[in-house]
Amino acid sequence: MADSPVATEEVPALREQAADALTRLQAELDDAIVEHAGMFGDVVVRVRRDAWRRSAQVCKDGLGCDYLSFIAGIDWMPTPAVVEEGSGDTSAPAQPKDQTYGVAGSDGRYQLLALVESTRRQSWRVILKTDLPDDDLHAESWVSLYPGADWHEREAWEMYGFVFDGHPSLRHLYLPSEFEGHPLRKDYPLLAREVKPWPGLVDVEPMPGEPADDDAPTGTETGAIEAGESA
Amino acid sequence: MTAIEIGWGTTLAIKTVIVLGIVPLTALILGYVFLLKMMSHMQSRLGPMDPGGFHGWYQLIGDGIKFLQKEDIMPGEADRRVFALAPAIVVLSTFLVFVVIPAGPRVSVASLDSAPFAKGAFDGVGVFYALAVSSLSVIGVLMAGWASSNKYALLGALRAAAQLIAYELPLVLAVVGVVIQTGTMSLQGIVSFQQHGSLFGWSGVGFPLILTQFVGFALFMVAAQAELTQPPFDMPVAESELVAGYMVEYTGFRFLFFFIGEFGTAFAFAALAATLFLGGWSVPWVHGTAADFLGPVVLFAKVMFVAFLMFWARFTYPRFREDQLQAIAWKWLIPVALANILLTGVLKVAF
Amino acid sequence: MTTTNLPPPGDLPEIAVDPAAFRHLADAQVNVELDTGDMVLNIGPQHPATHGTLRLVVRLDGERVVSADPIIGYMHRGYEKLTEFRTYPQITTLINRIDWLSSFANEVPFIEAAEHLMAIEAPPRAQYLRTILTELSRIATFLLFLGEMGLQVGAITPAFYGFRDREYVLNLIEAVTGGRFHPNFNRIGGIKDDLPWGWISECRGVMNKTLASCDEFDDLVVGNPIFQKRTRSIGIIPRELGAAYGVSGSNLRASGVDWDLRRDGPKYLVYDELDWQVWTHPDGDSFSRYWVRLQETRESARMVLQMLDQMPSGPLMAKVPRIIKVPEGEVFVNTENPLGEMGYYVISKGATGPFRTKIRSASFSNVSILPWLLRGVYVPDIVTILASLYFILGDIDR
Repeated sequence: MADSPVATEEVPALREQAADALTRLQAELDDAIVEHAGMFGDVVVRVRRDAWRRSAQVCKDGLGCDYLSFIAGIDWMPTPAVVEEGSGDTSAPAQPKDQTYGVAGSDGRYQLLALVESTRRQSWRVILKTDLPDDDLHAESWVSLYPGADWHEREAWEMYGFVFDGHPSLRHLYLPSEFEGHPLRKDYPLLAREVKPWPGLVDVEPMPGEPADDDAPTGTETGAIEAGESA
Repeated sequence: MTAIEIGWGTTLAIKTVIVLGIVPLTALILGYVFLLKMMSHMQSRLGPMDPGGFHGWYQLIGDGIKFLQKEDIMPGEADRRVFALAPAIVVLSTFLVFVVIPAGPRVSVASLDSAPFAKGAFDGVGVFYALAVSSLSVIGVLMAGWASSNKYALLGALRAAAQLIAYELPLVLAVVGVVIQTGTMSLQGIVSFQQHGSLFGWSGVGFPLILTQFVGFALFMVAAQAELTQPPFDMPVAESELVAGYMVEYTGFRFLFFFIGEFGTAFAFAALAATLFLGGWSVPWVHGTAADFLGPVVLFAKVMFVAFLMFWARFTYPRFREDQLQAIAWKWLIPVALANILLTGVLKVAF
Repeated sequence: MTTTNLPPPGDLPEIAVDPAAFRHLADAQVNVELDTGDMVLNIGPQHPATHGTLRLVVRLDGERVVSADPIIGYMHRGYEKLTEFRTYPQITTLINRIDWLSSFANEVPFIEAAEHLMAIEAPPRAQYLRTILTELSRIATFLLFLGEMGLQVGAITPAFYGFRDREYVLNLIEAVTGGRFHPNFNRIGGIKDDLPWGWISECRGVMNKTLASCDEFDDLVVGNPIFQKRTRSIGIIPRELGAAYGVSGSNLRASGVDWDLRRDGPKYLVYDELDWQVWTHPDGDSFSRYWVRLQETRESARMVLQMLDQMPSGPLMAKVPRIIKVPEGEVFVNTENPLGEMGYYVISKGATGPFRTKIRSASFSNVSILPWLLRGVYVPDIVTILASLYFILGDIDR
């Protein structure tokens, strides 16, 4: 029940259905699969970019995955820091500075992630990944197989800049049409934190009966915090 | 009571003032009792409670004052004269219907029972006049929708025109059955037919026409609901799609006109239904001068009952789609009305 | 804002659909000789029919829709970017606001994802409490839907009954969590607090009241012939196409697909210990979506009653450190939320916050089928279809 919070080193086993799905995928796609791994019971398969649409076809026809859950992008560049390390500021996470990759690895910075599922069997799903080289962010569109990919690919283009060949109209989904830039890329800053840093604790009232805490700043209405004081 | 000599000009002025005063008053009463209070209680809430202290009776008067003091805004692209005239025409048709409704044996603004309206076999044209004049509002609705230069308003106006014209026929045909049975088109004549009729052989009790013309009553109620563009026939003002349809660009006192028109016409149609089918101002065993004083009260009570039915249907049912609405009018109501006329005619001749 | 360059015709998928499904369109073949021009109508973003800031640009031929293009993003808050700069407890507060009507249910998959990565399991009592609160959120959302769909179709009264009955459930949620709308009650490892005294009998009373009001909706709305005329055969989603678009939840079950993540997905919470069934309807039209949600409301009330009887006693939180650092790894957890399938793909690098979170929200996929679904329907049917799909703008736009 309550284990230590450090995860064990070995990869969790594949669910029985996931192992079955992996076997079938390997039979159909054999050389297109670059790497595969198990992830808490699910199978993650990283395929070559030129086989992106073919693997969707295999999943849909060969494995019976008729349901498209989502298509997303991943940018593996390390998150820029918004708090200094070692300052004790817990208001934002301090992410590691080195570029490491996740389950089933990666060749570079950008990856496409997709999940397809079957509505006819229990827990029958496949997670697909593919790498996109930095200088050529193109991939084939899945729209002719899964019509729902339309909006997911529009969002991936808008947020990361991935271009999907064969998509009927790759235009902005969430953002205004004059928007410049691709927000979910790691080098696109989260502007709110740049413009106005996290104010920390302001106006701390002591509990009734307790003495006032000397370290906590007793800010005024404007919450002025002098430089050097940490929350 | 001795007759008081009044000139025809004074009479006309008094009658005009009465009509102009009564129509908004009835609209107010109907709106408050049914729309604000009855609907709220049916929906497990209270409705206005504060204005005026006692259950918010002042709410609509306050609303009226609020509308009157608003800025008169017209859309820039609107056709100014048509835009201004449209609510006037809708309210005009309401006023004209009130003219002919009898509230007592000698209490009505103009019963249209004497020359030049009654000639030969005709002893009055009250029914004919009322139905004809109530359909004037269609023009007002179309004018409102077109002059607003707004696509939503136009859609609403076109739907309304198609609906109002389609439901004129069941309305008229339902009344034809009554006319056949009573043999007269005069509203006073119809009421006196019901007052002097006998029920199961007991004379003096009266014979409300609803007993034999129940099909006609049902048709009239359905058609009246559609003529008033109330749910389930409120496609033209579908709140969740068109947001008030043809009235969407109207504010201030122009919108007040539409409001008065809607509820005033509801009162007028309810009064017509009460007169044609429930006996109007007549109560058993009350005749003569007493009926002059009791008549309006009785008519008011019967109108409240009919209005209760209309508003109850209004809050309960979802709305029909436009094509379903037309199908009901043309494929169901009109054949049933024609069959009703046929049956009434046959039975009238046979008995 | 965005231009209305609608996709050229012929690019939407051709699916073999039973032609009888669209037989009502035969009545709409008027004016084929008369070439009346098309009218472009902009529904929204402020409109009572669109449940929030959704904009639909429809091209009309009279009262028939030629093409429809939904434009979303008016409520885009950038959740996925925000999660890269927030810690796990802060994110729990944020994601309450994705689907704000059933906010507790949004937290569950994310918390479970973090717990998988930390190899922690919440104690049984906490799991039961989570399930009870999730089902209460489901009942609250669906009661609103049952009332509000009647309103969109034209009946004013069911909306008030829906809101009134929902108040009882919200009072229950508030008594436990302190918040009616945004409880923020899950913690990694369990639940924040235990039930107040007297809550269980109160809950039993409210569940019985819910079952009674479902019967009321049955009489008032489902049994109403006008409602049936307005919703039957309107907006039929064929099952294959629905799955390919990613439509999920009650929308897909109303098309006859017998698939519910509570029963058919990887085990989460305590649904496998309860005796319940999944409701489907073969038609796939707006009426069946309403009907399926009505049955699911009843089913949820019965589930809560079972859970109140079966709830074990015990601790509410597993042992977790004060500052939570989730070890490196990736995990995907999806759950059956009231609106459909909601999933979180969490990539962690051992920090106090995730490296990347992909939020898979149900309404995003449910609404993406609108360009296909709205072709050839009447303008009033647009409103019926939008109401029956039941999306929340926060869920679409994140």
